[in-house]
Amino acid sequence: MSTRALLLRRHSVLPGFNLSLGFALLYLCLIVLVPLSAVFLKTFTVSWGTFVGTVTSPRVLASYRLTFGASLLAALVNGVFGLLVAWVLVRYRFAGRRVVDALVDLPFALPTAVAGIALTTLYASNGWIGKWLPFKVSYTPLGVFVALTFIGLPFVVRTVQPVLEDLQRELEEAAATLGASRLQTFAHVIFPALMPALLTGFALAFARALGEYGSVIFIAGNMPMVSEITSLLIITKLEQYDYTGATAIAVVMLVAAFLLLLLINLLQAWARRRQGR
Amino acid sequence: MSAVIDSGAARAPAGVPAPARATALAPPRASDAVSEPAWVRRTLIGVALAFLTLFLFVPLVSVFVQALAKGLDVYWAALVEADAVSALKLTLIAAGVSVPLNLVFGVAAAWAIAKFDFRGKNLLLTLIDLPFSVSPVIAGLIYMLIFGLQGWCGEWLRDHDLKIVFAVPGIVLATVFVTFPFIARELIPLMQAQGQEQEEAARVLGASGWQILWRVTLPNVKWALLYGVILCNARAMGEFGAVSVVSGHIRGQTNTLPLHIEILYNDYQFAAAFAVASLLAALALVTLVLKYIVERRAHASFDLENRDEH
Repeated sequence: MSTRALLLRRHSVLPGFNLSLGFALLYLCLIVLVPLSAVFLKTFTVSWGTFVGTVTSPRVLASYRLTFGASLLAALVNGVFGLLVAWVLVRYRFAGRRVVDALVDLPFALPTAVAGIALTTLYASNGWIGKWLPFKVSYTPLGVFVALTFIGLPFVVRTVQPVLEDLQRELEEAAATLGASRLQTFAHVIFPALMPALLTGFALAFARALGEYGSVIFIAGNMPMVSEITSLLIITKLEQYDYTGATAIAVVMLVAAFLLLLLINLLQAWARRRQGR
Repeated sequence: MSAVIDSGAARAPAGVPAPARATALAPPRASDAVSEPAWVRRTLIGVALAFLTLFLFVPLVSVFVQALAKGLDVYWAALVEADAVSALKLTLIAAGVSVPLNLVFGVAAAWAIAKFDFRGKNLLLTLIDLPFSVSPVIAGLIYMLIFGLQGWCGEWLRDHDLKIVFAVPGIVLATVFVTFPFIARELIPLMQAQGQEQEEAARVLGASGWQILWRVTLPNVKWALLYGVILCNARAMGEFGAVSVVSGHIRGQTNTLPLHIEILYNDYQFAAAFAVASLLAALALVTLVLKYIVERRAHASFDLENRDEH
């Protein structure tokens, strides 16, 4: 099968198109597409009634509420503080700024299991942070929120930062010349320009939180109906050899993730148009 | 720290006189119309740093403190214990296989996407990003559905005495899946931005395809490539969810470092768990340092190219 006939490429003098694209497609199919299709094919083997019954059972619904709720809350907190951190890193100079800037990526680089045990120990009622708090964090739904905030932290900072760096100072000067206060300039000039990037970062953090497993299971306590996330429920079903149940829940989470991916792509297209690229 | 700041100043365009260069880089003065009063700045910096301290720095520091809480002997014993060593070996195998595979894929995909125009390119780009939006647990699940005992090839594999899940191949496959896009994603945007003029010139001068790749394309993208490899490796060594599903948790056989940490932690061997965790935390710090260096180098060579054009 000729990839050239299939994909209709424009003529080029460079060699290696068939080889490189052929290899890339083959590898993509073997590693990603075929295995991923297994989830959907498996779902087609069960009846609609069974599928709906599995994915809407009370325990599964409770896990959606916790997963989506804590992810949303964590993404919101990251939206606010991520914007603040990006602002401080771009606009202000202070001792250790570069170190702080580099460390923002820590949640990307730190394995989730390490983050999980560190946060659990810190926020336990005898931990460094937990002992100062009047309420329990580790082994409660609040712990899920803490873990998801940690892993989503870099997304908003890293999407807002470049846009803020490219922002034309002239616009702010013009606003100041026209008599706008600093707060008005921020609300009417700077913030609207950052909005697409901020929303993209928010959506990325939310999407990442939805699928998170490693950091959460240590801190959550994993009580059914209370602090059990959907990813854990999939594993629980697998360990009980209930492959069909696990797959049904996985399909729901995959569809949610794909919808978010679509939303993120639309947001990024919007952001590019805003920046005039 | 000062050396870093100096090299930052050196990056200002050479033609700009020194005072102007200084103002361009110096913090905006409080009297500027486009800056905030000093107390607002200090408050914002304070709140941002407090947030980062609580959620980032304290957890990082605590890993190392907890690891050494019971002294160096316990720390060392946890690292040289047989199960820990075999977990380290398996982690190195998983990363050692997935990084080169995804590297070759990344270069091939970036070559096809950045140097040629073809229909379906945007779809291909989206598909490459797909593993990022798949939860790690689901990444593990898909291999269970194919190679597990109840899976598509489960009975065939059992009849031929082959093991994929609950064995090393499954762990490697799951790792390859979750680290799939890392290198491609670093290379594609850069190679797209660079265009194909240099490669076409080399072609016209008689270079073969492999010569172009080795002598023109790869040197042009070496920093992005290195960064992609670093990220891919960090994720490969630290992956937990996907590997946890396919591993079967057989001590000394199918445990990677993150899974070993989980077992120790659940056994209440906290000092040992944090000792092993400190290895991975150190790896994360090395990753961040390398990323920092690579970004500075990439910026420097980018500025150098731009300056040459003026």
